[in-house]
Amino acid sequence: MINFQYLRTTTAKSAIALLVKDKNAKFLAGGTNLIDLMKRGVTAPEKLIDINHVPLKQIEQIGNKIHIGALASNSAVADSALIKEKLPLLSWALQAGASAQLRNVATVGGNMMQRTRCSYFYDTEMPCNKRQPGTGCGAMEGFNRMHAIFGASEKCIAVHPSDMCVALTALDAEVVVANAKGERKIPFKDFHRLAGDTPQLDNNLKADEMIIRLEIPMNNLAKNYHYLKVRDRASYAFALVSVAAAFELSNNKITDIRLAMGGVAHKPWRLTASENFLKGKEATLSNFEEAAQLAMKDAKGFGGNDFKLKLAPNTIIEGLNLAKSKV
Amino acid sequence: MEKRVLKDDNDRVDGILKVTGQAKYFAEYELPGLTYGVLVTSTITKGKITALDTKAAEKAPGVIAVISHLNKPSAAAYEQEGGPQMKIFYTDKIFYNGQPIAIVVANTFERATHAASLVKATYAKEDFNTDFEKALKDPKAKKLQGQADYKRGIENAYKTAVVKLEERYFLPIETHNPMELHGIIADWRPNNQLTVYAKTQGVKATQGTIANVFKIPMENIQVNSEFVGGGFGMALRTWPLEIATVMASKHIGKPVKVVITRMQMFTMVGNRPAAIQTIGLGANKDGKLTGITHRAYGETSTYENFTEGVVNMAKFMYQCDNVNTAYAIVPVDLGVPIWMRGPGEATGAFALESAIDEMAHALDMDPLDFRIKNDPETDQQKNKPFSSKNIKEAYKIGAEKIGWSNRKNKPGSLIEGPWQTGYGVSVGVFNANRGKASVKGILKADGSLHLQSATSDIGPGTGTGMTLIANKLMKIPVNKITFELGDSSLPPAPSQGGSATLSTVGSAVNDVCVALKSAIAELAANSNMDATANFVDVLKKNNLPQIEVTKESQGGKERDNYSMYSFSIHFVQVKVHALTGVVKVSKIVSVGDSGTIVSPKTARSQMLGGAVGGIGMALTEESIIDHRYGRYINNNFADYHVPVNADVPEIDVNFINKPDPYINPMGAKGMGEIALIGFSAAVANAVFNATGKRIRTLPITPDKILA
Repeated sequence: MINFQYLRTTTAKSAIALLVKDKNAKFLAGGTNLIDLMKRGVTAPEKLIDINHVPLKQIEQIGNKIHIGALASNSAVADSALIKEKLPLLSWALQAGASAQLRNVATVGGNMMQRTRCSYFYDTEMPCNKRQPGTGCGAMEGFNRMHAIFGASEKCIAVHPSDMCVALTALDAEVVVANAKGERKIPFKDFHRLAGDTPQLDNNLKADEMIIRLEIPMNNLAKNYHYLKVRDRASYAFALVSVAAAFELSNNKITDIRLAMGGVAHKPWRLTASENFLKGKEATLSNFEEAAQLAMKDAKGFGGNDFKLKLAPNTIIEGLNLAKSKV
Repeated sequence: MEKRVLKDDNDRVDGILKVTGQAKYFAEYELPGLTYGVLVTSTITKGKITALDTKAAEKAPGVIAVISHLNKPSAAAYEQEGGPQMKIFYTDKIFYNGQPIAIVVANTFERATHAASLVKATYAKEDFNTDFEKALKDPKAKKLQGQADYKRGIENAYKTAVVKLEERYFLPIETHNPMELHGIIADWRPNNQLTVYAKTQGVKATQGTIANVFKIPMENIQVNSEFVGGGFGMALRTWPLEIATVMASKHIGKPVKVVITRMQMFTMVGNRPAAIQTIGLGANKDGKLTGITHRAYGETSTYENFTEGVVNMAKFMYQCDNVNTAYAIVPVDLGVPIWMRGPGEATGAFALESAIDEMAHALDMDPLDFRIKNDPETDQQKNKPFSSKNIKEAYKIGAEKIGWSNRKNKPGSLIEGPWQTGYGVSVGVFNANRGKASVKGILKADGSLHLQSATSDIGPGTGTGMTLIANKLMKIPVNKITFELGDSSLPPAPSQGGSATLSTVGSAVNDVCVALKSAIAELAANSNMDATANFVDVLKKNNLPQIEVTKESQGGKERDNYSMYSFSIHFVQVKVHALTGVVKVSKIVSVGDSGTIVSPKTARSQMLGGAVGGIGMALTEESIIDHRYGRYINNNFADYHVPVNADVPEIDVNFINKPDPYINPMGAKGMGEIALIGFSAAVANAVFNATGKRIRTLPITPDKILA
């Protein structure tokens, strides 16, 4: 047997203390991805630190921000009356992810930490620079229908699979992380990394750190928003392309806008150029179309995913259309 | 067993058992001293095993044995020359990636799983090819005739027709993926006595296969398979993994259980083979077909040939004097395929029924009118009348229910915002088979009837159907009738495949009931009772606790005189999103023309399942291989997309429900296959009607719509 030690703790402080003691320790929350990875032989932690009893499940408004604990379940956040009222985009994105059963156990922190679903990453008989640096990228010239069109490196063209993270990127969330010395904040858009030369690293969380909570500033984006996920079946499938779109309208002019895409890059992909273009403009189809084209400036296909070069801008346009038509 | 009783005639005999967890599937049997086997699989696609290091596995905790070609546990037939090439553990040859090469047996499943990961094989690799398209293009690659060429009238007559088309259609590999994982429990005891708990569509077939491999009498082998968690064809043979488990049990003298993983379901238990088909159609200006040519290539393995009826339908479904077909199989370095629901006919119908729709469009005809215009009165292939065929009535019912009159013949006409609506139709047809089966009936003085046959119930409702046949004939309440199956010691019946069980076994139930009634009548006459006397009274008067009758039943000369098929027609409405390419099936109407409907509830369920499977075939299912490695890419339920509830709209199921006068005493024809056959073409045709885009490569995913 590949034995591992199972530990359980009830405070963040002790969890961090246990984490730093052992180089090959991992936190266990919902386990919906980690256990699969262990079964497939992709990862073999020597210690599993069960943090499910650490009291980090809060969903609350504090001042001008909404705080969501790292261990709040995906379904608790999606179904929260506060989130539905103030941050409905986040609720929609969560509902688009996984299945009801998975959402019930998967946590916010775990959702952020989930690994790519690239088939080559999961099959230990295949090359994968993310799983085993230096072995090559199986997807580059293989099956890459699901893969990145933005920011891919020569080492890795995998995508981050989360829906929730796309909405959080759009909503300017901040991630509060802690180590033994204290807390720091990471803007959500900087939490995940591009693959670059180190595809084995998915994000900028340090080895001695733990995700504590999210802080999301209040906004006026609860009226015109939409999370549009295009996938191969109606539920329980990863995005081919997804778009989180939300804007604030004043006299039919866009005063605030957020646009982010999923299924297109190694991290949730914020569409800053498109946002800047639309800000101050009218919410018209032709403006949406131009914004969508701007978003595609640096896109590149790898064969199997070339269709995303067309699907992505279409999905942006339709996401904006649906956000606009929301009443 | 006493629980397998029908409460009323709109129920299932096993419904309560299944939904309350009382139905016991093969993997749930607990035997004393049970051990657990896990299969080690090849990680190369072609070559030879040059070394197999089993030391670490053997030393791992709980391990009882590691069995492979190195220690060849005895299997008499495999010790001889000849026979199948894939003699598990009797060959060092690798035929495909994921082939079982060893089995590790331990005292827990987890320990066996871990120890299996410690077995290290070294290989001599050889060049391989798993790419069907590449094999087809390669002039050096083998192409074997899969079925005799067929010709009626002029060959390739479509080429000189006034209106003609020739198109190519591609169907990828599909994997059955029933919810229940495959496996077996084998318990080999002294004196070559063997009991197995199997997942099989045929307990007698499993018994026979094992008897042949180990050269022991059939009577020594008891096969139990009362409940099967879905088969769809993949449990129609005894797979090498099952032989391996029996070998292991024989070797260690203990019962061994093997349940394979979902990933192994892609490489150890077959699949629907990929197919490349070309259809040529010719018609005159009036819309009469003047030529049909159907050429198909199917995928097979290098170590075993697999063929199916891909080109059957073209020979008789439409009135046409000039028809020719050809079917070849192309070996690639993959595991051998097996029938998957609808089998080859479903593959063929996708191409033919798409092409028929394309021809109707070329003629600017309504595809339903075009089909009606070319509907044959008799079977031109067999030159016989159909035993029964109500397809025109089925067209009418389906067209009304789907709202066919809302359809516009010009594609892309129905637009609402970004959604384009389209309607499609397709026909399905499958042989109305009837084989030979025996049933024993025990009629008891307590008023009950007990029926037995070594048939299977993989889900279609066999027990329910048989009970209802007996209920109707014997006038015995359904809750007094039991039907026992899934046990090789019962009177023999064929495997459950090819939509034949109700026809085959049901006929024997019929004959048993008729014989029991006449036996009772005779007893009544002999004891001076009225001929209409109740059997309970007759048995009691004669001091008989029960009487027994066993009957073997099979069809007679009627098949010489009539062409027998079951038919279905599928209507679908789809909505296609112009920007994202998403296709939603928004409405389904299926009409079955399969003679008498014996069991309305389970027949309807068959049609529901066929439609769901059809949505999968049309829109979502595809087993993807990286041909550089010969390994499956999407071998799990997250990446291999079977339809989920949200993909399935309400399904309106209808039956003609008119008895076939010739097929069997019930007038009932099989309907498991027709529930699926043709469905994927109906979706493709609806997508064309919605968008003007003709997708000839399944599944129809958003990328293909946007292309």
